[in-house]
Amino acid sequence: MSEREVLAALRENARYSTADVARMTGLSESEVEAAIEDLEAEGVIRGYRPVVDWDRLADERVRAEVELNVVLDRETGYADIAERLASFPQVTALRLVSGDYDFDMEVEGDSLGEVSRFISEKVAPVPEITQTVTHYVMTSYKEHGLELGDGDDDDRLSYSP
Amino acid sequence: MSFEPAGRVREVPPSGIRRFFEIAEERDDVISLGVGEPDFATPWAAREAAIDSLERGRTSYTANRGMADLRAAISGYVADRFDLSYDASEEILVTAGASEAVDLAFRAFVDPGDRVAVAQPSYISYEPGITFAGGDVLPVATREADEFRLTREALAEAGAEEAEALVYCYPNNPTGAVMSREQLEPIADFAREHDLLVFADEIYAELTYDGEHASIATLPGMRERTVVFNGFSKAHAMTGLRLGYALAPAEAIGTMNRIHQYTMLSAPTTAQYAAIEAIESCAGDVREMVEQYDRRRRFVLARFEEIGMPCFEARGAFYVFPQVPEGWDADTFAEELLTEHGVAVVPGSVFGSGGDGHLRVSYATGMEELREALARIERFVDGR
Repeated sequence: MSEREVLAALRENARYSTADVARMTGLSESEVEAAIEDLEAEGVIRGYRPVVDWDRLADERVRAEVELNVVLDRETGYADIAERLASFPQVTALRLVSGDYDFDMEVEGDSLGEVSRFISEKVAPVPEITQTVTHYVMTSYKEHGLELGDGDDDDRLSYSP
Repeated sequence: MSFEPAGRVREVPPSGIRRFFEIAEERDDVISLGVGEPDFATPWAAREAAIDSLERGRTSYTANRGMADLRAAISGYVADRFDLSYDASEEILVTAGASEAVDLAFRAFVDPGDRVAVAQPSYISYEPGITFAGGDVLPVATREADEFRLTREALAEAGAEEAEALVYCYPNNPTGAVMSREQLEPIADFAREHDLLVFADEIYAELTYDGEHASIATLPGMRERTVVFNGFSKAHAMTGLRLGYALAPAEAIGTMNRIHQYTMLSAPTTAQYAAIEAIESCAGDVREMVEQYDRRRRFVLARFEEIGMPCFEARGAFYVFPQVPEGWDADTFAEELLTEHGVAVVPGSVFGSGGDGHLRVSYATGMEELREALARIERFVDGR
């Protein structure tokens, strides 16, 4: 139960201090630490990364969504193909999905050339992959549940009954 | 010939918050914990339903009592959430905010000279509403020792057996107090014994932490003497859409509707469409908001304890009600906190008897602002 509450607070903001999470959940700081350690040990929490709005940074960042179709045989299953693809650092997310294609893969690189080369030289030649469709990201509006607009000003009156 | 205010208007003083509001408006660094409304926007699905209704040109009046679909949705919702059983066609009146419903009840059932007991500290509109209706306010002070719950003793001490009606709000604005079914039972006994109507403002019902909201209308013999007020402002973050409702036996709703049909005609149509959607598809949004409020509530309570300002454990609405430190009066504390540190809170005295020496602190504000505001309060207290 306490793990759930700690997780809910961290999902709101993973940078809340242990002391603040303790205040929010009514647990002691050591209980919060223990809950986080358990969540990490169980593999529920896999890491902590900032949600970046790349458009606000000067450096170019090229991202693409890639649809992959694969064929399976007796020796090769989805997990085998996934493991192979996931090992590439350029791949930032990889999911088996229902629908018209098999894998939904997110790829990141420093330039259009780098991402294109990666897909044509590393992904397409994989024997089980029969088709790739690459969609370059043009603008991102929401990432990890956070809208990337300018935000809404609080236009409430400073006092109300 | 002059615009001399009528006597019953003269009787009502201007709001005590006004002075603070003017100071706050002059600064641009104010963090406000003085707000009585959610910091969330209305769930998008409900806003979209409102937009859709506008696009389809649904901009005419509705039935006086509100759209039949909305009343049916409300009937199902209050049965499901609060165990309240009200017939959609005869026992529900949709109003322009719960405030209108409260006003209608006073005007419908309070005769000049009738006494109405008001559990205090309380929302600031009850006293003026009773006065406008020609009634006499009988303040019933609740005590911090009782965690600001209304008790039979407090009613007896105030002489409430002579009153015609009792009005209260639980979960409470401004204290954050809640009342359980067991704690409501003696109040129900008192109302039955002394034949009081009960006006139960349950606008914060969904914002009940550590337990379930209990409505006095579910207690034996109480449905027939109770008007329940609720609405979409707080739980569904719809304050500006102005939509509330009253639940009461058919005869009472009929009487209230007699005023409503002449003065309001019908509640805002766009808001009614939003409300149907809010009930049908926004329970998840409400749950998410309630979870966030609860984290903030515990955070704020913990910080006041660390700062050394005693604060009973508020379990409802989105307010805590700490005491000001020894040697302060709440008005001065609130004013200096605002002018020196840019934090807006409301002194408890604004909310009637029993509120002196306290502050209403709203946590309907983002965690970052809360953290900063409490750090400022800590500096202010430590610097004295």
